[in-house]
Amino acid sequence: MLIITCPWCGARPEVEFRYGGEAHIARPADPSALTDQEWADFLYNRTNPKGLHAERWRHMHGCGRYFNALRDTVSDFFVTTYKAGEPRPDIDGSSGGNP
Amino acid sequence: MVESASMTTPLTPANPLHVLAAASRDVAAVRLAALAPAARLVFRGREAAIGPAGEAFGVPLPREACRFNTAGGRFAFWLGPDEWLLLVPNAEAAPLFTAIEAATTGLPHALVDVSERSVGIEVAGEKAAFVLNQGNPLDLSLAAFPIGMCTRTVFHKAEILLVRHAPDVFHLDVWRSFAPYVWELLEDARRELA
Repeated sequence: MLIITCPWCGARPEVEFRYGGEAHIARPADPSALTDQEWADFLYNRTNPKGLHAERWRHMHGCGRYFNALRDTVSDFFVTTYKAGEPRPDIDGSSGGNP
Repeated sequence: MVESASMTTPLTPANPLHVLAAASRDVAAVRLAALAPAARLVFRGREAAIGPAGEAFGVPLPREACRFNTAGGRFAFWLGPDEWLLLVPNAEAAPLFTAIEAATTGLPHALVDVSERSVGIEVAGEKAAFVLNQGNPLDLSLAAFPIGMCTRTVFHKAEILLVRHAPDVFHLDVWRSFAPYVWELLEDARRELA
């Protein structure tokens, strides 16, 4: 079982968490000014990287809070977690490949 | 569900918790007890409302994650950074609700009476942590889960609030409709200890 570190509660088993999609996607301030393609990009198109991915998780069966995590999509290794609203940590993708 | 003689369905209603508790065997290593009804309030609020709410309740709301405060038979459990469960055994919720609501008037907050939502189960005895670990993956050693800690977590597929009052005394709060499920799995887990 994966151990995920909630920024509030500390290290917890993965069954307490739910995945929440890619992080740092802000809703456009004025949707009516966008082209259909730009709106589709906001709604549907994600980066889907091989390597480090910033994503949202929710500590569903815990404090209930959303937070962000940097996870390696190859090894499933959680490099770090940080509170919602904080900027993505500047971490090199090569540092966290430990499965 | 109210049982009546006119009921014709062949499906028997599930056993409520008190029926299961009455039929429960005494196992010295792990005792199970259905706890008495209690007043339960969920308080959520911004910074300004947290202090006054604690004063009105009589127990300061804990600011440290996964801890509870208790005083005078009242408990304030930390559920999230802006969310607390206020619990008073064998009490009426209405006067508490009024007192806290009066102290936080005009401050952004939410106060909800959830007294009937969940029921309490006490798991006590030298093998209490062992039995809880049959359905919960947390480390329940005293170092990782000290006395005074509380947290929402899971027991098998049910969400519970798990609280440690003493090294061998846990209390869990579970939603009413999940309670028989949790109770019977606890019974199953301690069967080998009888």
